[in-house]
Amino acid sequence: MSDPSRASSREYLKPPLTEVGVLGWLHGNLFNTWYNALLTVVILLLLWQLVPPFFSWAFIDSVWNSPAEACRDIDGACWSIIPRNISFILFGFFPDGEQWRPGLAIGLLLGLVFYSKDSRHWKKSLGGIWLVGLLVMATLMYGGIFGMPVVETARWSGLPLTFMLALFGMVAAYPLGVLLALGRRSNMPAIKTLCVIYIEMIRGVPLISLLFMSSILFPLFLPEGITIDKVLRAQVAIIMFTAAYIAEVVRGGLQAMPRGQFEAADSLGLNYNQTMRLVILPQALKIVIPPSVGILLSAFKDTSLVVIIALYDVLKTTKVTLSNPKWTGYSTEAYIFLAVLYFVCCYAMSSYSRKLERTLHTGR
Amino acid sequence: MKRDPSSTTTDANRLPGAVPFRHDPDKRAVVFQIAALLLVALVSYYLFANTQANLERQSIATGFGFLDKEAGFEIGESVIDYSAADSYAAALLVGALNTIKVSFIGIVFTIIIGTLVGIARLSSNWLMAKLAAAYIELMQNIPVLLQLFFWYAIFYESFPAPRQALNPFDGVFLCNRGLIFAVPAAHPAHAAMGWALLAALTIGWGLHRWSSRRQARTGQIFPAIRVSMLLCILLPLLTWLLAGAPTAMDLPELRGFNFRGGVTVSPEFSALLLGLVFYTAAFVAEIVRAGIQSVGRGQVEAAMAVGLRPGQVLHLVIFPQALRVIIPPLTSQMLNLTKNSSLAIAIGYADFVAVTNTTINQTGQAIEGVALIMVVYLFFSLSTSVFMNWYNKRMALVER
Repeated sequence: MSDPSRASSREYLKPPLTEVGVLGWLHGNLFNTWYNALLTVVILLLLWQLVPPFFSWAFIDSVWNSPAEACRDIDGACWSIIPRNISFILFGFFPDGEQWRPGLAIGLLLGLVFYSKDSRHWKKSLGGIWLVGLLVMATLMYGGIFGMPVVETARWSGLPLTFMLALFGMVAAYPLGVLLALGRRSNMPAIKTLCVIYIEMIRGVPLISLLFMSSILFPLFLPEGITIDKVLRAQVAIIMFTAAYIAEVVRGGLQAMPRGQFEAADSLGLNYNQTMRLVILPQALKIVIPPSVGILLSAFKDTSLVVIIALYDVLKTTKVTLSNPKWTGYSTEAYIFLAVLYFVCCYAMSSYSRKLERTLHTGR
Repeated sequence: MKRDPSSTTTDANRLPGAVPFRHDPDKRAVVFQIAALLLVALVSYYLFANTQANLERQSIATGFGFLDKEAGFEIGESVIDYSAADSYAAALLVGALNTIKVSFIGIVFTIIIGTLVGIARLSSNWLMAKLAAAYIELMQNIPVLLQLFFWYAIFYESFPAPRQALNPFDGVFLCNRGLIFAVPAAHPAHAAMGWALLAALTIGWGLHRWSSRRQARTGQIFPAIRVSMLLCILLPLLTWLLAGAPTAMDLPELRGFNFRGGVTVSPEFSALLLGLVFYTAAFVAEIVRAGIQSVGRGQVEAAMAVGLRPGQVLHLVIFPQALRVIIPPLTSQMLNLTKNSSLAIAIGYADFVAVTNTTINQTGQAIEGVALIMVVYLFFSLSTSVFMNWYNKRMALVER
C-alpha cells in the first residue's frame, strides 16, 4: 500500500523544539507532568525566599576580618571570629611560638593520605611509609629533639587532637577488630562467646558511656600511684568502641568468602593460621575496604564527643572561643565554619569510599 | 557456616593414638580456650582488686543503696511529677522517661522526613532530586553533636526574649525560652474522645482482618482502610459534638519574664529533637531509596500488566517487597537515634545519661552509675534485636 516515490523523498524531520536543548531538558526534568511543574514552581519560590537573604547575610552585609567591636553594628555575618581566633581554634593550647609543628604534622598527614589514595601505591612499603610518617608526626608534636621544646600531651588540642583520636583509633582498632571477627567465627565455644559478648555489649551502648568509663572508671581500675593521661584514656575508649564496629564489618567480609576457598586451603594442607593469613584474610579484607572507610568516617565524626568529657578537640576550642565575652553571640558563624571543615573531610572520605566500591567491585 | 579447618584432613587418615597431643586440633582447642578464659578471669580479678582497694582508700560507698536517698537536685523538664525531695531512683526514672520521650518523638519524625526525602531523591523532578541529595550529603557529613550545638545556638542566640517573642500564628510564640503554643483547655470530653479513637482503631483492625479473609475466600474487595480512617475521624468528632463541642483554649500569656499556660517545648528539647531528626533522617532517606530501588522494574511492569492502578502497584507490589529490605537497617538507625540521644548532656537536656552523670557527681558512685547507663541502653538494643529476629522470621515465612 505504501507509495515508493514518497519513501525515497522522505525528508529528515528535526525533533520538536520542546525535546532538545535547554527547553528539552527543562521539559524533561522539571515540567514533565503537571504536578512536577507545580513542584518546581513551589521549590523555586521557596529558594527565592531563603537563598537571597542568606546570601546577603553571609557575603554582602558581613565582615571578614575586623575587631569584635565592629561586628556589633552590622546586620550580616561576623566571620571575623574565625581569622581572629584561628590559631586557638585549630591548635588550642599548643604554645604560641611552636604552632608550626602541629601545622606541619597535619600537612604531613594530609600528604600521606593523598599518597595512599591511589591504589597503585598499595604495597607492603606503604605500611612502612605510614609508620615513619606517624613517628615523624609524633616527634613533631612531642618535641624534645632538634631543639624543639617538649609539649606535654595535655596541651595537644584542636584539630591535631581530632585527627589523632580518629586516626589512632582506627589504626589500633583494626587488628583488634580482625581478631574479634575471627573469634566470633571460631568453632571454639568459649572464644566465640567472649567475642560475641564484647562486640554486642560495645555496640549496644552509646560512645558517651565508654568515654565516661574512660574518664571516671579507668583511674579506679588501676593500682594506686599509676595514672594514665586523660587524652590516652579517651583514645583507649575510642579504640575499644571502633574495634567492635570493625569486627562486624570484617565478619561480613569473612562470611562472604565462598566455602570453596576454605576447602581449597584445607586440601593444600594449610593449617588454620596459614589458611587465614594466606587465603581468607587477604580476600576478605579487600572486600571490606569501602565499609572500613565508612567506619573511619564515623570515628572521625565521633571524636567530637570528647567535648563532653572536657577534652579540647576542635569543637571544644571553638566553644571556648565563643565563651569569650568579646565573641559571644557569633555561634552561627563559628559553627558554620566548623561544619564546613568537617564536611570537607567527611565528604572526601565518603566519596572516596564510594569510588573504591566501584573500582574494587571487580566481580568474582 | 561451621567448619573445622584441619579436622577434615586429619580425621580421614587418623590412626588411633598416632596424633601427638600438641598436634590434635580438638585437644589443642580445649587448652587454648581454657587459657583464654583464665586470662580473662585473671585480668578481671586484677581490675576488681584494684578497684576494691581504690574505693576503700577513697572511702566511696558501693552498692545501689544510694537509690533510696534524697536526690536534692531539680530537673528542668519531666514527664512525671518530680521534685528535689524525691529519691535518686525517681530522678533516674525521670531521666529514662525523658530519653524515651525524645527518642519516640524523634523516631516518628525521622521516619516521616526520611521517607519523604528518600522518595524525593528518586523524584523525576531534577530540582527535587538534587535538593534531596544535597540534604543527605550535608547532614551525613557533619557530626551530630555539632548540629545539636548549632540548633541550640539558634534558639538561645537568634530568638528574642519572651517579651519580644515571635508570634507567627495566633497562640503560638517562639522565643529563647522555647516554643510555646495554645492547647485546648482540659475537659472531660478529651478522655472520651481518646476512648472513641481507641474503639475506632479496634474496629478498623477487625474490619481489616475480616475483609482480607473475605477477599481470600471470595475475591470481593472491601475498602477496609478507607472506612477505618473515616471511623478514626468520625467517632472522636461525634463524641466531641455529643459532649457539647467544648472550644475553650488554654492560651499562653506573658506574665513577668515568662509565659504562663499553654504548652512549652524547651529549647534544649527542641534542639535535641531537630538535631537528631535531621541527622538520622538523612540515613533513613538513603535506606528508603535503596529499598525502593531494590524492587525490580519487572515487578512494576508485571503489576501494571495485570491491570493494577498506580496506587495499587505501590501499595500491593512495591511496598511489601521494599519493606523487607528497609526494615532491618531502619531498626538499627532507630537504635542509633536512641543512643545518640545521650548527647543531650552536651546541651543540658535532662536525659538518662545527664541525670546519671549528676548522680555520679553527687554520690561519687561512678561504677554503679556507668553500669546503670550501660544496662539501660543494652536493654534498648537487646529488645530491638529481639524484635528484629521476630520480624525476620515473619518475613521469611512470606518468601517462597
